[in-house]
Amino acid sequence: MEKTISLHDLPIGKLGKVKSLTAKGGIRRRLMDLGLVENTMVEALRKSPFGDPIAYQIRGAVIALRSEEASKILVKPC
Amino acid sequence: MGLTSKSTWIGALKDEVLFGILDTDGTVVALAGNPNTGKSTVFNSLTGLKQHTGNWPGKTVTGAVGTFQHNGEKFTLIDLPGTYSLLPNSVEEEVARDFICFAKPQCCVVVTDATCLERNLNLVLQVLEITDRVVVCVNLIDEAQRKKIHINLERLSDMLGVPVVGTNAREQVGLDDLKEEIYNVSTGKRKTSPFKVEYDETIEKAIKPIQESLDPLLKGSIDSRWAALRLIEGDTRIIDTVNHALAPLQKEKLNAVLDEAEKILKSKYADADEIRDAIATAIVLKAEEISKATVKFENTQYNNLDRKIDDILTSKLFGIPIMLLLLSLIFWLTISGANYPSEMLAKGLFYVEDLLTDLAYSFGVPEWLYGAVVLGVYRTVAWVISVMLPPMAIFFPLFTLLEDLGYLPRVAFNLDSFFKKAHAHGKQALTMCMGFGCNAAGIVACRIIDSPRERLIATITNNFVPCNGRFPTLIALSTIFIAGSFAAFQTFVATITVTVAIVFAVITTLMVSKILSQTILKGLPSTFTLEMPPYRKPQIGRILVRSLLDRTIFILVRAVMVAAPAGLVIWLMTNT
Repeated sequence: MEKTISLHDLPIGKLGKVKSLTAKGGIRRRLMDLGLVENTMVEALRKSPFGDPIAYQIRGAVIALRSEEASKILVKPC
Repeated sequence: MGLTSKSTWIGALKDEVLFGILDTDGTVVALAGNPNTGKSTVFNSLTGLKQHTGNWPGKTVTGAVGTFQHNGEKFTLIDLPGTYSLLPNSVEEEVARDFICFAKPQCCVVVTDATCLERNLNLVLQVLEITDRVVVCVNLIDEAQRKKIHINLERLSDMLGVPVVGTNAREQVGLDDLKEEIYNVSTGKRKTSPFKVEYDETIEKAIKPIQESLDPLLKGSIDSRWAALRLIEGDTRIIDTVNHALAPLQKEKLNAVLDEAEKILKSKYADADEIRDAIATAIVLKAEEISKATVKFENTQYNNLDRKIDDILTSKLFGIPIMLLLLSLIFWLTISGANYPSEMLAKGLFYVEDLLTDLAYSFGVPEWLYGAVVLGVYRTVAWVISVMLPPMAIFFPLFTLLEDLGYLPRVAFNLDSFFKKAHAHGKQALTMCMGFGCNAAGIVACRIIDSPRERLIATITNNFVPCNGRFPTLIALSTIFIAGSFAAFQTFVATITVTVAIVFAVITTLMVSKILSQTILKGLPSTFTLEMPPYRKPQIGRILVRSLLDRTIFILVRAVMVAAPAGLVIWLMTNT
């Protein structure tokens, strides 16, 4: 069993590899449309001035996710 | 996974016909693409001014229709809403998919962003599953060059099996080639062999018999492989469509095939969600593979400059102050810049009023007619124009400049946490900002919010921010009541007052949003995914034209249309 953390807890500037999505339904679809499938590399770029949302580099695009969504993405830090 | 009948797909199809597209004599071409790919620039460059916008029937989604000529052929271009995918999660995606699927355009152009091709290929692959007649337009090729991203367009075209054209729509680069390929594909001069994503063995095994039994039924009206995939995914829309097209006996036969497929799928997948995941994943991975084979990043740090700008513009320390400063600067430029032209306009227009008065007297026009037309209608219209036109002509280009630069998504990023606390959508920050430009535009922009509840909140609260049309009143009031007592710094104090009023408006918006979402519009915040596109060099010329023509003149005409009868009514009330 690999050690995973939620994407929301990935430190800024660090890379993580997507292991699974715990989101269901529409949110899950939306996240997958962004290219968040298994083994996708994601980089935590920056926090917004009030800490939430956080911007991530996902497959060449910069996408901001709120903690609600980011915590439903499990990543393995690397 | 039986077929259930309850839909109105024929009605929906009819709506599309009513949109006035299918009865045009030209060749119908659909324009699809991700948001922020410069899709509308491609649309504008292809059609020029020969276009009009309209609402999709029954939907809160606007679409533009335009025409262009090439090789003596007339083409009607439909600008579909920008979407990331064709799996319908939102109204936009539904509109885009239904159009490609049911309206059967002779050609579908997918506009992609050269600087972010991989993500865009996701949509391309999905479109290729529905239709053979596709042209891929790799736009922003200049931006890619600047970032030292090399794209092998020939290789991409070989891999996708459809024509690929590199364009820089802003500078009109590559558009003739694009038109030529649209012509070739839509007339059938160029045969395409679109690449179809292959899924895992289980899925392929399950869809094959479905596809075979659908083939004779659909008769090529809808791609049978694509329809089969949607059926095993449990896509109700397609199930209904197929259902309506079939006689009872055919339905029974198809249901038997579907049951068989379900058994095969059960061996690997627990439910339709897992099948959907597998399909979505396969497409994403294929996009990755194609991108790896065709895109070369000479400089892996190509986004460094954007990152550095974001480091400042969205930083904890400077993010909010810079935002307030920028907004104040815009208001200050608007206030101080509008004063003089406003005066000049008023002088000019009232000089014309004097002329009209002289004219009326010399022709012996009856007093009541002169009063109603000149003192009532003309005078009110003159006031409205001289008060509204200068601030709008300054504010809109400045605001469009921020929009064009890519700054507005950063505003949403900075402010989202407030909107989240108000149980509203982060993109409401954007519609609110648009509201400063024009409440009507802000309300129209609310369609970018997916959840109906949050969209309604954004729509209702948009009025709380003063739009540009209301600024003159705000400025006048603050100059008279507050700034008036500071003779030396009048403009400065007026600016501060207006800025405070705006901060107050934002707070009101948030409070009312919160109250609404806790009372009559109860619900949890929906997903928030906000793309922060790369900063782009703004096109000053286009900004001026777009903001002056599309926004300023448009709003001014509407204002005059209201002001003219209102002026008449006011005159009648005061003089009879």
